[in-house]
Amino acid sequence: MPEAKIIPLHGPSDPPSSPGTAKAPPTRKAAPTRKAAPAAPKAAPAAPAPPAAEPTAWESKLAGGLAFLRRRLTGDYEIDDFGFDPDLTEHVLLPPLRPLYDKWFRVETRGLDNVPDIGGALIVANHSGTIPLDALMTTLALHDHHPAHRSLRLLGADLVFTLPLVAPLARKSGNTLACNADAERLLAADELVGVFPEGFKGIGKPFSERYKLQRFGRGGFVSAALRTGKPIIPVSIVGAEEIYPIIGNSKTVARILGLPYAPITPLFPLLGPLGAVPLPSKWIIEFGEPIETADLGGPTAADDPMLVFNLTDQVRETIQSTLYSLLMQRRSVFF
Amino acid sequence: MQPRVVLVTGVSRYLGTRLASTLAADPSIERVIGVDTVQPRRDVLDQLGRTEFVRADIRNPLIAKVITQAEVDTVVHMNVIATPLGAGGRTAMKEINVIGTMQLLAACQQAPSMRKLVVKSTTAVYGSSPRDPALFTEDAGPKSLPKSGYAKDAVEVEGYVRGFGRRRPDVTLSVLRFTNFIGPVIETPLSRYLSLPVVPTVLGFDPRIQLCHEDDGIEVLRRCVLEEHPGIFNIGGRGVLLLSQAIRRVGRPSIAIPSPAVTAVAQVFRRAGLVDFSPEQMRYLEHGRVADVSRAEREFDWVPRSTAEAMDSFVDRAPRLVSPETIAAAEQRLLGLLTRAPKEPARA
Repeated sequence: MPEAKIIPLHGPSDPPSSPGTAKAPPTRKAAPTRKAAPAAPKAAPAAPAPPAAEPTAWESKLAGGLAFLRRRLTGDYEIDDFGFDPDLTEHVLLPPLRPLYDKWFRVETRGLDNVPDIGGALIVANHSGTIPLDALMTTLALHDHHPAHRSLRLLGADLVFTLPLVAPLARKSGNTLACNADAERLLAADELVGVFPEGFKGIGKPFSERYKLQRFGRGGFVSAALRTGKPIIPVSIVGAEEIYPIIGNSKTVARILGLPYAPITPLFPLLGPLGAVPLPSKWIIEFGEPIETADLGGPTAADDPMLVFNLTDQVRETIQSTLYSLLMQRRSVFF
Repeated sequence: MQPRVVLVTGVSRYLGTRLASTLAADPSIERVIGVDTVQPRRDVLDQLGRTEFVRADIRNPLIAKVITQAEVDTVVHMNVIATPLGAGGRTAMKEINVIGTMQLLAACQQAPSMRKLVVKSTTAVYGSSPRDPALFTEDAGPKSLPKSGYAKDAVEVEGYVRGFGRRRPDVTLSVLRFTNFIGPVIETPLSRYLSLPVVPTVLGFDPRIQLCHEDDGIEVLRRCVLEEHPGIFNIGGRGVLLLSQAIRRVGRPSIAIPSPAVTAVAQVFRRAGLVDFSPEQMRYLEHGRVADVSRAEREFDWVPRSTAEAMDSFVDRAPRLVSPETIAAAEQRLLGLLTRAPKEPARA
């Protein structure tokens, strides 16, 4: 075996050069320039306003739009750890939903004051409607009509984050994967977390089973709430069942496309793309009384399966009975 | 415990050189020994200061002699490499990473003088998949173990390091899982990727990325050598950037490539020697990966530069095709034209 030989790189007299002299400290010049940029355009609508020329509504709208475009082009916006992009959500993703909310479904909200203005809470709702429009409408209800304009952070199924185009949109609009780690992290950060425990069983169920709640998963959402001590708010959504009544399910197509179901509705795929227009049912979203979990024992309670099952059942029963009473009050599907 | 003799593997590569020179400048350390298969580049010799260099392959039992003869008490293992091109092919890379680590750990286990082992690992051990939690904590296992390349090597290296920790419980073990490095100088596959004139991305995906400033990486390694920080730590900046956002911050156009064609395109880039992205790194471009760095922040009582700040330090070095100032000026001009408002004085 060859002898290990140590080769000195410098003579012993060679003074050790101090590290870092060769490397300039990180300059962060870009930060201030970029930080400075957004401030100016925000002031822009007001800046060219010597009292004579008050910017008109469309002028300030235009300025806002251009400022938004510039922010997008320079990457000058903030996202959180989950990928939530409030700038994009606010300006691009939510606006097209508003006509649907106001004019098409004429959503009526009840009990919005049950949702706290600050602090975390877990919104648990029934799921229906073939495509998750109910999730979008609930998000919009809380964003536009809640006094604190809260952002709902939904927990989505695995499939959502596997699909190209859908996956980044889901993250940018504030959603994340339905797993305990993420739910607890969001709740602990005092976010409003939304979950549809029925999952695909609920959203893809046939029309004949409308408003019959499916199994509520494994109660993972309850243990997340218990661990963080945040309240659970049961939410009942009426109207979403009728937007795409599923009268058949093409299992072969579903298998080929790798989807959990391939819906056949009275209009789809019969009318092609026209069949993708949802029926204009009248919606009611009722936010129920919060179920407090803070005094139930915290993390130890979350490890008690009996308690978790009981609480899951309680939430499920509450939503189911509210659904029935809302259906009784409803005059017709469309009005 | 104050380290007396520190051995740094992988000293001829950028981070190894920087760590060795930082340690060499610390008078409390008696000797700093650098090991690598190739000589350090001439222009960094000055930086290395009093570092002694051993030209040795850690795959060779020779390393054991170095450790026992010099009575090394602290070993910093930084010789797990990510780029097959730099190592001379995937086979050689795997040998250096896995067999090299085994040899090094075997030598360390034999050495009675050993007190501390610091391993530079990577968050790539968590893999990258659509089923990942938003943030990985140190205890979270990967949803699907990395099947190939650098990430798999890193998983295996960590496995051997764990085994070593069981056999030598008296040795302080720090495993540092770094996120992607970036900074004013360092060359990584990611920095080369972001320097391409047109940056290819995967159509329909926009991963979250997390970065670690090169200086912060050195700082953490230095503190692990000088202080006692046993355990596994994710090291990186707070916050995340979307890949699209990062590309726009460097002021480059991007081109979306449909995922069936991605592998072929990646191959072309690899052949051309532009960017050495392996298949599992392509998955990273789809799903990204973010680690929870709060444990390290508590342990070291120190907050490294955020991902956005690390990105800024990189942006400064690459000339941007379109500067944000140009875009802001264009915005003002357009606004002025459309609204016929009195023109704003030109902004600097």
